[in-house]
Amino acid sequence: MTDTMRHLFILFGVLFSVLTVGGLLIWLERRLLALWQERYGPNRVGPFGLLQVAADMIKVITKEDWTPPFADKAVFIIAPAILMIVVVTSFAIIPWASGIEVVDLNIGVLFFLGLSSLGVYSVALAGWASDSKYSLLGGLRASAQMLSYEVFMGLSLMGVVMLAGSFSLREIVEAQQDLWFVVPQFFGFAVFFIAGIAETHRLPFDLPEAESELVAGYHSEYSGLKFGMFFAGEYLGITLISALTVTLFFGGWSGPYLPHAVWFGLKTFAFICFFVLIRASLPRPRYDQLMSFGWKVCLPVSLANLVVTGAWILMMK
Amino acid sequence: MAHSTIIEDLRTSFNEAILAVQPTMDSIPTVWVTRDKARDVLRHLKSSVEHPYRMLYDLTVIDERVRANRQDQPASDFTVVYHLLSFDRNDDIRIKVPLVGADLSLPSIAGIWPAANWYEREAWDMFGVKFEGHPHLSRILMPPTWNGHPLRKDHPARATEMGPFTMPEDRMDAEQDALRFRPEDWGMKDHGDGSDLMFLNLGPQHPGTHGLLRIILQLDGEEIRDSVLDIGYHHRGAEKMAERQTWHTYIPYTDRIDYFGGVMNNLAYVLACEKLAGVEVPDRAKVIRVMMAELFRIQSHLVWYGTFAQDVGSFSPVFYMFTDRERVFDIVEAVCGGRMHPAWFRIGGLAQDLPRGWDRLIRDFLKYLPPRLADYDKLVMKNAIFKGRTKGVGAYTLDEAIEWGVTGPGLRACGMDWDFRKKRPYSGYENFDFDIPTAVNGDCYDRGVVRVEEIRQSLRIVEQCVRNMPGGPYKSSHPLATPPVRERTMKDIETLITHFLGVSWGPVIPAGEAFMGIEATKGNNGYYLISDGDIHSYRTRIRTPSFPHLQMVPKMAKGLMIADLLAILGSIDFILADLDR
Repeated sequence: MTDTMRHLFILFGVLFSVLTVGGLLIWLERRLLALWQERYGPNRVGPFGLLQVAADMIKVITKEDWTPPFADKAVFIIAPAILMIVVVTSFAIIPWASGIEVVDLNIGVLFFLGLSSLGVYSVALAGWASDSKYSLLGGLRASAQMLSYEVFMGLSLMGVVMLAGSFSLREIVEAQQDLWFVVPQFFGFAVFFIAGIAETHRLPFDLPEAESELVAGYHSEYSGLKFGMFFAGEYLGITLISALTVTLFFGGWSGPYLPHAVWFGLKTFAFICFFVLIRASLPRPRYDQLMSFGWKVCLPVSLANLVVTGAWILMMK
Repeated sequence: MAHSTIIEDLRTSFNEAILAVQPTMDSIPTVWVTRDKARDVLRHLKSSVEHPYRMLYDLTVIDERVRANRQDQPASDFTVVYHLLSFDRNDDIRIKVPLVGADLSLPSIAGIWPAANWYEREAWDMFGVKFEGHPHLSRILMPPTWNGHPLRKDHPARATEMGPFTMPEDRMDAEQDALRFRPEDWGMKDHGDGSDLMFLNLGPQHPGTHGLLRIILQLDGEEIRDSVLDIGYHHRGAEKMAERQTWHTYIPYTDRIDYFGGVMNNLAYVLACEKLAGVEVPDRAKVIRVMMAELFRIQSHLVWYGTFAQDVGSFSPVFYMFTDRERVFDIVEAVCGGRMHPAWFRIGGLAQDLPRGWDRLIRDFLKYLPPRLADYDKLVMKNAIFKGRTKGVGAYTLDEAIEWGVTGPGLRACGMDWDFRKKRPYSGYENFDFDIPTAVNGDCYDRGVVRVEEIRQSLRIVEQCVRNMPGGPYKSSHPLATPPVRERTMKDIETLITHFLGVSWGPVIPAGEAFMGIEATKGNNGYYLISDGDIHSYRTRIRTPSFPHLQMVPKMAKGLMIADLLAILGSIDFILADLDR
């Protein structure tokens, strides 16, 4: 196999599996929630209801894709696309197994942080372009929340970068062969994961789309495939944050006996389930409580973590 | 004795203003007062008498124009009825003000009780009685374009009496124009002077309002500066329907007032009917009534528990509690045949006796629920985020609660152990051993604490019912009990005739007036029935708890955020049919 062929193979393989996983997650989440909530969930279409995903896809694609006459058309259409592009592109840097990654950037972590900052545009623009009050409130909440949690997310990762001495995700995984970074960087992990939930705006950080308050928040006016992109984008976001958590703190693809890719898949799956479990068990804080938690708890913790890690590295030298 | 003292007191202070003292079947002192002095009398009763009547419990109007049996009552075309409640005396008083002729107006008491605001608007909407000095006298339940006042006797009760409906162009335009939002129509100030406040329509279609309720918010960012409630979307004319249905066939309509209360609504209604008719209910029927009513209280509180958690963003509890609710409905279905609206109580007793094996289902449930409630405590009430969202939010003091006519758990959350089951026992509640849970802060969380504990207390009551179920008949043998007991109909002609008339025509309840209020699921639910000696009621007034409770929302939500408003709405536990009737 030539290098080009190999690259193309990995590229399309990653794209295919990411989109498949994103789709199946919809089914997985509904089944898991049902399991924890004493009900059945989708179990009619196909074996275990697995074809529900296909049925949902067909529904979303064939539904009327309505653009409100009062909306800012161009921006309204671009907004969901930005989310999809940003999330899917982020998967390029994830090492799935030793040597299997779309691209091994020496600034991998920064690349991810940069892209996730771009993701804010998607929700902010969607809320703005819809020209509806609920969307506007949702968009504003989303912008404020994502911009703040962006800060702690970046800071929480610096400890890992210092320990590994690299921004490259491959090198970060290799640096964890002896000890997973979750042990020395537990606070970094905690802040990163919390910020990750906030970035994907899942419960308890789903304020931008809080159903009982803002109907559907920033995507209230969206329908059809454009809504589908926000919907699938959320699940891809969960997968991305889970995959990154595994890569940065839980040794990535490394593990005994089983093939690397399987280890990576299992670990990621566990975190995805954790995302769903959190959604099933927690209520939602108020907007001001969310912000003060971020700035008064997450920020000091991640800064302290950074200082202590730096001091420790200097002492070891 | 207490009654005569208050009437003496009124006679000394307002002798010339008192027109008559009317005897009623419910022995609530009923005093007729002239229009000019009504306001002073009410103010006196609220603040200057010893053991004052601090709560405006109800305010309504009677269209007296075609009433036959009103001997010894002053001449009146429309009578305004004020129902006051005194906690110190544990007693009520009813003040009636006659209005005669074309000038249907009297001074507003919205300045004395803030709760009077909506009640007076309702009286204007339904009867066309004007309250001078009311801050914003406009229609409340009917649409602004409505013609006439529906509860007047000359207003048609059915569409078939109204002629065909047409919507010509000009009417269409008028209706469309009425839908346009103009802040001043709602008594709101339009801050058009450069300040950027946003109006936000929350509802009538909104996932957080639990039905058709519209709240117009004036927002500064997400902070609520002002809010106005637009109600009436669920108005079905329940009070008007009572004037067409027989005393007996109205029972199913009561089910649908507080539609989570089920037979609890029947209870208030049949108790009032029994007062009017003088029917004594056998013990077995009383205990079964209490048992079914308490099961419905548990069911209603479970739904509240789940939806409250959902309003605060917790996603799972509502599924658990609806599962439990199904268990209650299994019992209800086995006993009554129906689920949410069994319409199972009858004047004088019940529709049927309990089925064989009824106690096994209930015993299972009594074992099943307590451990689940302990789980919910951990899941909801002890959750830090949940506490953060509900503690200190939407609080009111005990005085405010009384001013605004709050009853039920909302009142007990302020520290007052006022429960009609204890204070004015009905249907044999005095024989049961249970506590009245209270809390101190009167905020969303405390209202929750009270309700959760009430579920446990209701379980205690149900358990006592199961253990001590008396034998005997399930319906009174009184001839006005409906449908009359049939045992002897084939043996003597008198019973046959009574039965035939009672079933085919309906019971004729003797002329009179009676009120009966009970501790329902949401607060105090009461029926004020006026019989004119006919097979249907002359006037049925339904006093519901949701009406005064929701009136308080703008006050509670001021200065808070949208998310808090949803927590407040969840904590009130209102039912829109209970609000609009």
